[in-house]
This record gives sequence, C-alpha cells and structure tokens, in this order.
Amino acid sequence: MAGSVLGAYTRILYGSPWKTHLEIPACARHEHTMNGYEFNFAECSLTARASGALWWADQRVLCVSDLHLGKSDRIARRAGLMLPPYETRDTLARLEAEIDALLPDTVICLGDSFDDLAAADSLDEDETLWLTRLQAGRRWIWIEGNHDPGPVDFGGTHLAELTMYPLTFRHIATKTNSAEISGHYHPKASLNVRGRTITRKCFLQDENRIILPAFGTYTGGLHSHSAALSQLMTTSARAFLLGQKVQNIPMPR
Amino acid sequence: MTKLPDSITNWFTHRGWSIHPHQQDMLDRANAPALLLIAPTGGGKTLAGFLPTLAELGADDHAGLHTLYVSPLKALAADIKRNLRTPVDEIGLPIRIEDRTGDTSQTQKKRQRADPPHILLTTPESLALLTSYEDAPRIFRGLKRVIVDEIHALSESKRGDQLMLAIARLQTLCPGMRRVGLSATVEDPAAIARFLARHPDPCEILNADPGPDPDIRMLKTEEAPPWAGGGAKYAIPAVIEQVKQHNTTLIFHNTRAQAELFFHNLWLQNEDDLPIGIHHGSLDRAQRERVEQAMVDGSLKAVVCTGSLDLGIDWGDVDLVIQIGAPKNVKRLVQRIGRANHRYNAPSKALLVPANRFEIVECRAALQAVKDRDLDGDPRGRGPRDVLCQHILITACAGPFDADALYREVTTAGAYHDLTRAEFDACLDFCATGGYALRAYDRWQRLLRRADGQWQLRDPRATRAIRMNIGTIQDTDTLKVRIRGRGKPLGEIEEGFAATLTPGDTFLIGGQIVRYEGLREMTVEVTRQATDKPKIATFMGTKFATSTQLSQRILRMFQQDSWPELPQHTADWLALQRKVSQLPKPDRLLIESFPHDGKAQTVVYGFAGRNAQQTLGLLLTQRMEEMGLAPMGFVSTDYATLIWGLDPLTDPAPLFAQDNLREGLEKWLAGNAVMKRTFKASAVIAGLIERNTMGKRKSGRQATFSSDILYDTLLKYDPDHLMMQITREEALRGLIDFGRIEEMAARIQGRIDHLHLDRVTPLSAPLFLEPGRVPVKGLANERLLAEEAERLIDTAGLTTIDKPKWRVPF
Repeated sequence: MAGSVLGAYTRILYGSPWKTHLEIPACARHEHTMNGYEFNFAECSLTARASGALWWADQRVLCVSDLHLGKSDRIARRAGLMLPPYETRDTLARLEAEIDALLPDTVICLGDSFDDLAAADSLDEDETLWLTRLQAGRRWIWIEGNHDPGPVDFGGTHLAELTMYPLTFRHIATKTNSAEISGHYHPKASLNVRGRTITRKCFLQDENRIILPAFGTYTGGLHSHSAALSQLMTTSARAFLLGQKVQNIPMPR
Repeated sequence: MTKLPDSITNWFTHRGWSIHPHQQDMLDRANAPALLLIAPTGGGKTLAGFLPTLAELGADDHAGLHTLYVSPLKALAADIKRNLRTPVDEIGLPIRIEDRTGDTSQTQKKRQRADPPHILLTTPESLALLTSYEDAPRIFRGLKRVIVDEIHALSESKRGDQLMLAIARLQTLCPGMRRVGLSATVEDPAAIARFLARHPDPCEILNADPGPDPDIRMLKTEEAPPWAGGGAKYAIPAVIEQVKQHNTTLIFHNTRAQAELFFHNLWLQNEDDLPIGIHHGSLDRAQRERVEQAMVDGSLKAVVCTGSLDLGIDWGDVDLVIQIGAPKNVKRLVQRIGRANHRYNAPSKALLVPANRFEIVECRAALQAVKDRDLDGDPRGRGPRDVLCQHILITACAGPFDADALYREVTTAGAYHDLTRAEFDACLDFCATGGYALRAYDRWQRLLRRADGQWQLRDPRATRAIRMNIGTIQDTDTLKVRIRGRGKPLGEIEEGFAATLTPGDTFLIGGQIVRYEGLREMTVEVTRQATDKPKIATFMGTKFATSTQLSQRILRMFQQDSWPELPQHTADWLALQRKVSQLPKPDRLLIESFPHDGKAQTVVYGFAGRNAQQTLGLLLTQRMEEMGLAPMGFVSTDYATLIWGLDPLTDPAPLFAQDNLREGLEKWLAGNAVMKRTFKASAVIAGLIERNTMGKRKSGRQATFSSDILYDTLLKYDPDHLMMQITREEALRGLIDFGRIEEMAARIQGRIDHLHLDRVTPLSAPLFLEPGRVPVKGLANERLLAEEAERLIDTAGLTTIDKPKWRVPF
C-alpha cells in the first residue's frame, strides 16, 4: 500500500513536467472544451470534466467520487422499495466512457463508491466482471467513505486517504489548508437566469480544496448555498457547473 | 310505496315539512343493489340518501356498522354529521354517527375499529386505510349500505377509482351491501351509474326535479375589461356594490393566485369595511376553519374562494355567486351557481365577470349553454393502473390473497371491467418483484407467492410504509409560511416559487402582503409588509382548459354577422379582426403570420384548450427548430398559441399533418418535463417511491435524488416497463391532452388558412400580454448559462484566473 503512494510521489519527482507542457499543443490548453474546463490548482493543471470526473493530465489520474454502486439494492433491502435496478450499470457505463476517452494510468474513487458494504456484494456477475475489466492495466485506488468504511471484495488498493504531491485525496473535506480533493457533499448549484432557475451538479473549488460532484446515477445533491458548503468554502470559491459545456461561475452562496 | 316509520313521519309533520318526491323514490327503491340520484344543489340530496338508513335503523335493532358514507371532503363528513345529528336526536333514534378522516384522533380511530358506529362518515383515503387492516372483515360485518356523495366529482378523479376498488373489496366482505350514489347535475348520468354499480349489475337512475332556471347574467361594469390577464381588478367597484346588496356572496376564482390578488385589491377598495374573507386550499387549516365558522355564523358578507368551496357544504345563507374569469366548463359553472340559495325550488342567482376581452365572448357562450342545459364533459377512460398497483399493496396489507379472486373482484369495478388478466398480472408482478426486464430483486421482492399459491408481503413491517403512502392526491412540494418570531403558519407555497424568492421580495398569502426573510428548517419565514406592491405567489392551483363544447360554441358565435348580445367594444373588436384578417372557423384552422418586435410571429388558433395548445406549442416549435426557423418561444391560451422566432413560417401544412403531429409527440414525449411530472405522480401512487420519504429533506445532508433520474434510467434501460406504460397513458389524457389535438386535426382535415399580415392583428394582440411564456429549450439553456457565466466572471473580476500562464522551458 505504501508502495503505491510512494510510486505516485516518485513519478512527480522523476517525471518531467516541462516535457508534458511542450507536448500538448498550446491552443488546446486552458480552454473550456466540450468535455471539460481546465484550471490551475496548487500549481497543477486540472480538468473538471463534463461527466463530473476530475482529470489530472500530467499524472494521467482520473478521479471520481460518490459512485454509490448498489444503491437500489440497499434501498430494496432497507426500505422495501424496488427502484429500477439499473443505476450500477449506468454508472459503470459512464465511468467506462471516461476511461476509454482518457486512458488513465490511475483511477481514484473518492469514497462512497458503494452504497454500503453489503451493497458491494449485491453487484451481479456482469457488473462485477465489468468493474474488473475497467481495473485491468491501471492502478485503482478505493478511498474509504462514510458509506463504505472498510475494504470491499474488489481488486485495487483501499486507503483512508492518499497524497500525490501536491494533492491529497480524501472523502470528506477538512478545514486545513492542504490542497485536497474530496467528494461526500454531492454539490450542486442553482442560477437564476432571466426568470429561469437552472440547477446543475457542480465542482466547487477554492484555494485549498476541490469538492467533486457525485458521479453515481442515483445521487441527489446539496446546494452550494447550504450552510455546510458555504462555511467550508472560502469567499473566492468557484463552481464548475456540469452540462454540455462546463461553466465556471463564482460559487452561489 | 315504502312507508317511513311513524317516528320519522311525525318529525316531518312536526317540522311542517313534507317529503320530496325523489326522497320517497329513494325509499321505495331502498333495496336496489345500486341506485344513483341526480339532484341539483339544495335538493335535499343528502337526506334522500340517508332516509332509508334512518328508516331501517328505526325499525330494527342493528349491531355494528349499517351505513358507510363517503365524500370527497373531510369537511363534508363533519358537516353531514352535524346536520344528521339534529333529526336523529329529535326523532329519538338510538343511532351512533361518527366521522373518520385524517383529522380524527388515534384513540377515536382505534375505538371505531373495535366498536364501529351505525353510520360512519369518511373519505376515500380513510376507507382505503380501513380496508388495509387485518380485521377489516370484522369492522365491516353487517354493513348494509354505502352512500357515495358528490359522486360526479369523485368519478372524475383517481380518488374515485380508488374508492370503487375499495367498495369492490367491501362487496366481497358484505355480499348484500347496497350502493347509493348522490350526484349533482351531469351531462352523462349513465356513465356515473356504470362507475357506481357492481359490473355488470344495472343501476337505476333517479332524477330529482332540476328546479327553476338560474338567474344568471354578466356583471355590468362602468369600465371595459382589459385586453389580457385574469385579475378582473376593473370590476371591483361593481362587485362591492353587489356584495352590499346581498346577504352572503361567494366570489369564485379559477386559481388560488387570482383569488389572493383579487382579495387584496378588493380590500384596498373596501371603504365600508365589509366583512369579507378568503378561502382556498393553500391556506392554513386553522385559518380556513375560522372562515368556515364565520360563514356558518353569518358574520361574513362575502368569501373570495376557489374550488375548495365547490362541493356541497352548506355554508349559511348564500344568495349570490360571482364567478370571476370565464368558467371554462359549463358543468362546473352550473354546480357553482347552485351554491347560491341552498333552498329547493328557488332560482339561484349568479353573475359572471369576464377578466379580459376574450372572456366576454366565452362568458356569453357559457351563459347560452347554461340556458340550453347543454353540459360538457369528456369520457374518463379506463381505470388507471397506478391506482390498481396501490390497491394490490393495500390488499396485501390486510393479509394473504389469491390472485384469481382479486382479479375477479377488481373487474367488478366499472372503471376496471375490461382490465385484461395480462394487465392485472403486470401490476401484480410490479408490486411483487418490481417488474424489471433485465434484473430482478430476487432477495428483496415485496410480495412472495406462498406454497399454497396465495400472495403475501415478504416483510410484514412493510405494511406501515404502504399505509403511510395510501391515497392518490398529488402533493406538490410545498413549504409552510410563517411570520418570523411567531408560531402561526399562514399557509403554504410551492417549493419552486420559494426558490425564486430572495430576501426582500414580497408576495401575497391569505390576503396579506408579506416580505420574504429567509428559509429556516424548511419553513419560509416572512414579516408583514404593509406598503409594497406584491410579487404574486404562483400557487399551482388547477388551470382548467376550456371544454370542447364551450370552444365550439365560441367558434360558432364567431360566424354570426354581428354580435348584438356582446358589449359594443367587444363586438367592434371582433368586427375589426374580421376586417383586417379573419375570424377562426369551426372546420378550418386559422394561422396568422406577421412581424412584430423584430421577430417573426405566428399565431395558431386551434381552440383546443390550454393544455392541448401548450402541447401544440411544444410540438410545433420542435418541428420549426428542425426546419431551421429558430423559434425562440411560445405562449398558449385556451384558444391560440403564439410562437415567436427568427424566421417566418412559410408552409404550415406539413406541420399539421396528423401523422407528423403524432410522430413528433412520440419523439418529444420521451424527454419531456410533463412526462417526468406525470411519472413522479404515478410512481408515488403505484408505490415505486414513497410520498413520505421522497419529499422529506434533512438540512445539511444530501437530498434524495429526484424521480427524474429514475425516469431517465427506465427510459434508457427498460423503456417498456409498466411504470413507463402508465406514464404515457396518464400523460396523454392529462396535461398533454393530445386527444384534443387529434380532435382538432380531425376537425380541420388539413383545411388551413394561413394569412401573412404586416402587423399584430386584433385577436392576437392579447396573446402578447399573456403570462406563462415558454422559452424554447434545447440549446437555449446552454447559451443562457454561458452568457451568465461570462457576465458573472467579468463582474467578479475573475477573467484572468484561468488564462494561459505560459511557462518558458528555461
């Protein structure tokens, strides 16, 4: 486990960041393309993808949060409601599309990947195989979340948190000044535009942290103007709204 | 002729009353298995329903429940209890009468289950709940009669479908039970009789004397109505004058928002401080009850109200009904008029107040229809299957059941008589396993089939959730409104409306202007604000569409050479339209195109009612977008749709080919917001999601995901799932109202008059003032967001942050 963390660390030390910059055509950089919005954070160039995933191109790291796989099964078990049991395959299909498009070396799932530990067992054989296929040939990190606070029966590395300098990946944001990437809150933001309220899932970002939107299909959202998020994010916080095109706005409070 | 027991006859004599002929008819036919009484308001309908019960209970001892009375309103049950108590006490009958509604205390409810009264007064939801108990057979043992009051109202809604399924259940428990329906005047009594009776039993229909024609007119005002809008503010002085001249006036409005606004404006001009109250469904219960009590006491001169006072509660001495805004539907108008003068055989007095110029025409057409006794209504169609799914779950709560027996029982309800076994089985499978094509809940299914073939709940604890979810009334997500610092709630507003408020905004509720201060624990906190002009609350309220029959009358009126029956200004307006363009004709479709406001405008006079015109607007703009005409938005009324865009429409014919419309509908339906709304309502009723958990949000935690996501998921992975089938069926007959569009297409048969004009025409002018403009979506949202994001970033001075930072390689 320690090895894998170190591995990421060493890549930073020995890889050549300059080379990467030269390789990418200048015109493609720092543009908000159809697939995402590029921005700088802690001296890293990151892309907030329209899918809700975060892409760290220099390190070829794809980060997603709050997949909540197996949610319908948990709801059936706990509440007796039988929701359409297709959210796991839908989430996996969207994750696969991102993996196919970006070919990441590392995938980090930022916690609450499973709706609970028992839900992890509820995946049917197809879904389990599918997940295994996605993991093949790359590093896969499961960060623990409050819904899945222990190891699950899938390949990959299980961690409470992970640092890949200068970024720290954990499930729930802290008040510290580290450059941290987290999930948990399922942020969404609303804008009133010419008498119409448009609500979208979003990334939140300030100097110290990025909070990812929930990637799972059956996931609701918490408004950026809620007390929890308004208190957490500094006054300069921005929101990247998901949509056909990712839009960058000051975080609505 | 069936004789009443002497004690009852003596009571009539003592009171100086004689029995009405239709009350005697009801007595004579007391043994009929099903009986429908059609009587106008004030016709002694309720007593007619109960006389056979009183006679039977007066003649013999009866242990336990004898008569079950079901009405659509809780208040009606309480009202009947009061009104029945007097004769029963005066006659000296040893009869226990109790009501049971959502407001009844738990202790009382428990006692009623253990020891049912002779007469139980209840609502469809409370009855459904009673049938879900294991001891239902004991509770209903000995039940002789069930009386369904206001059955005309119930037969139009899912509440009625649920009720008739519950009654089918009762009929199995009590084979000798007789059914009685009490209805206001309706256009098709036979349809209601089929709805009431056990299929295929016949049901006799008794018609009470309809009484004298109502005295109904248009209110004469000094000022002409405005061109658009629904406020009728111009008529307030004349309305106040009428209120002064009468004992008690009911002032009906079509929506709650209009009622609030009118009430507010009324008080601004109420110089004599006439006691006038307001009553509608969004107001807090305590506040409504105060108004109701004041009416009973006769201390109010007038009440501004909505459909919440439509049904038969006897509120004091009402001698005038004023209808603000066109009535949209003749049947409802007649029923509202009946509220005035609750005395049999006295003409009811009513005034119509058109809110705008076009409504003058509509009110005139409605007056004529009332005079001709030409009522309107659309056949209701087959029993909805979301209600059936709920019924299956309710049945399972009461204990294990046999599927064959349940199917037979369900098909005795008129609305479900042609339900196929396959359709029933699909509902049962949905309740049991979720009914998904690609994956099943093997371990967690809701109903299990036992070895003996009976079905039962997997987890008996599920009964609690199912019972909590009983009912078919669609809740909108509403938030309570409170004055800050005081506990007293004023009422409720829609969550969507609350979301548009920012602190400092003002709106009307309960006739007061309040200032929005903030949201606290899912309650809207406000302060009183005396001065501001309010931003109006957009209560959902029902937006009725003008009925087909009334629309046809209007089109026929347009064909007259002149309009002596209309006020001069309105007649002149129509004449001018005829001069510069055309008036719409019953068998042709008029389309006008003209430039205005820098955009190409197109007006389609479909006369298909608000919902269908709205759908037409969506379909046409979609086609126009495909044709590259860049439509930007549309607005619909009951008679026309106005579309604006960048390029003019040149050839409308292909747009209106019936096949194209239907194909467009199929394509457009799938991703549509109306479908999602319909899906949510049906999913709650069918038990896919729970009303009591979905809506509940806990502050500081992620909200539950919306039902829209479930809809999208089903559409993608299981488009033929039962819930999707139900959603399509419901949407087509509800908000989308595609039937009216097809009716229009069939009526015009491709006969389109497309006129190109150089300016706004007289008939189209009001459309430009109409609220409820719908922007065309598609890429519009993305463009709006992009513009707004850019503006915000500029304002915030953030433009430089993500500009490329060139790093020089050494």
